[in-house]
Amino acid sequence: MADPMRIRAQASGDKAIVRVLMSHEMESGQRKDAAGKIVPAWFIQEITASHNGKVVMTSEWGPAVSKNPFLQFSVKGAKAGDKVSIKWVDNRGATRTDEATIS
Amino acid sequence: MNTKTRLTGLAVAALALVGCANLPSVAELNQITDQMVKASFRTQAHVNVERLTQTDDTNRLCSEADASGQPLDEKVAKAIEETNLKAIRWPSNGQFIGDWKRGETIAQSGRGLTWTDDPKMANGGNCYNCHQMDKAEISYGTIGPSLYNYGKIRGVSDPSSAASKPIVEYTWGKIWNAKAYNACSNMPRAGHMGILTEAQVRDIVGLLLDPKSPVNQ
Amino acid sequence: MRQALIPVALAMVLGASPVLAQKTASQGIDEYRAMLQDGNPADLFEAKGEDLWKQKRGPKNASLEACDLGQGPGVIKGVFVSLPKYFADTGKVQDLESRLLTCMQTLQGFDPQAIAKTSFGSGEMANVTAMATWVAAESKGMKFNLSQSHAQERVMYEVGKRLFFMRGGTHDFSCASCHGEEGKRIRLQDLPLLTKNPGDGIGFAAWPAYRVSNGQMWGMQQRLNDCYRQQRFPFPGFASDATVALSVYLGVNAQGAASIAPAIKR
Repeated sequence: MADPMRIRAQASGDKAIVRVLMSHEMESGQRKDAAGKIVPAWFIQEITASHNGKVVMTSEWGPAVSKNPFLQFSVKGAKAGDKVSIKWVDNRGATRTDEATIS
Repeated sequence: MNTKTRLTGLAVAALALVGCANLPSVAELNQITDQMVKASFRTQAHVNVERLTQTDDTNRLCSEADASGQPLDEKVAKAIEETNLKAIRWPSNGQFIGDWKRGETIAQSGRGLTWTDDPKMANGGNCYNCHQMDKAEISYGTIGPSLYNYGKIRGVSDPSSAASKPIVEYTWGKIWNAKAYNACSNMPRAGHMGILTEAQVRDIVGLLLDPKSPVNQ
Repeated sequence: MRQALIPVALAMVLGASPVLAQKTASQGIDEYRAMLQDGNPADLFEAKGEDLWKQKRGPKNASLEACDLGQGPGVIKGVFVSLPKYFADTGKVQDLESRLLTCMQTLQGFDPQAIAKTSFGSGEMANVTAMATWVAAESKGMKFNLSQSHAQERVMYEVGKRLFFMRGGTHDFSCASCHGEEGKRIRLQDLPLLTKNPGDGIGFAAWPAYRVSNGQMWGMQQRLNDCYRQQRFPFPGFASDATVALSVYLGVNAQGAASIAPAIKR
């Protein structure tokens, strides 16, 4: 099971700003190891962000995103106490979901 | 249980003495330091611990001067410079000026002699880490003076002329063994310490003195 | 890729004309560094470190919650800016990472020498780094205030000073070769003068830090290790006395500087 994401969600006026730090190697598949062999691609392909259970954002990522990616976005109409949930799926089919409460 | 390496002999005595208010003497502190170095550093890959524990007088004396905050005694400094000057190996084929294009590559490269470097690969000169040279290269350090227009400033229009000989020789000598001209220089002794080969030094001299080199444009 | 994460400003820096580049290179790098501040992956290591501290682990199946980092068992807040210091139970001056090894040994039954020989970033060594990151975070913003009241602390300062100025290796480098003068840089990397307080969040006050260029979390031990590697010195043992002495010298010189650890670096 991958390391947990760090999610910070803060209410700001009529929206909430969500910041997510994801723990992932994000191997592009273009690097070579010391022996000259390609290090296999291993990166997050899909992000799904939900607010109180409703999907508010989906994202498709590729190999250009680097290791331990940082994502920031805002959700209109989100209030303190609401729940924000982030899910990622990588190219190997592994997945991780974490949740936070908007402060 | 203390699993760390124990200090021996004088160091233990000195530290026991430290129960009293005063620090050990300068000489005792130097000894404690040397013993701590021996106990703390180790050989790794092709980097032998002797590089540190058996460093030469030039380094030892300059280190002591630096740590004390006092400049080296003039006579001692002169003696160090003479020793290093005598150790310079001049070009075996009498050619001082090499290829500036290869010289630029050598100056750009910082490879070699760390415990992660492959000893089979050519070492670099590390020059841009400390010096400006080709104006087109903006990623240069300021630990050493700018060498931009090095040959031009010194009026070297024909490096093979008799008039240029002193500058050409100084340039070779400085790269080969910087301490020959300044006992406690910050600059490595590229030839003397086996960092660069004779051919590589020749190419760097070319980079600095060839009128066609980008350094002199 | 549906969502571009490459900042516009960075693209602007990459496109800067060479004629203007000399003036704007430094500015561009500062802008890039400012952008990095939001979302420091060190947070991930901090969280991991806190979990490891509280988890029952090792042959003795115990947590580290009784570990004394200098202000009593389990006290974390404020200890980072007081290390290295003298510890009566081991009879020596220790830095944070050395002290973590002591506790992992006495409380949990781990073999500190085996951990010290493990590569940075793997196995228990990675766990030490994570815990060091968390402990440092608990002193974020506090000012360095190392003790020099014990005689051994004063000896270690003197030894550390000699180490700082010790020239050696194939290149005759000492720490002072790069960090002994004000206002110098190596390539485009500014070099703080470390013989005195270089300012808040600089030098000793900036590690542990997350390095974006290689995606690695580095504690002070790894920072010193890599300095020595680039100096072409032989290998300094992890948490060895020499590294602790050097840290005493740097830490005492940084008296009054505010710690920004865990920081983020290019």
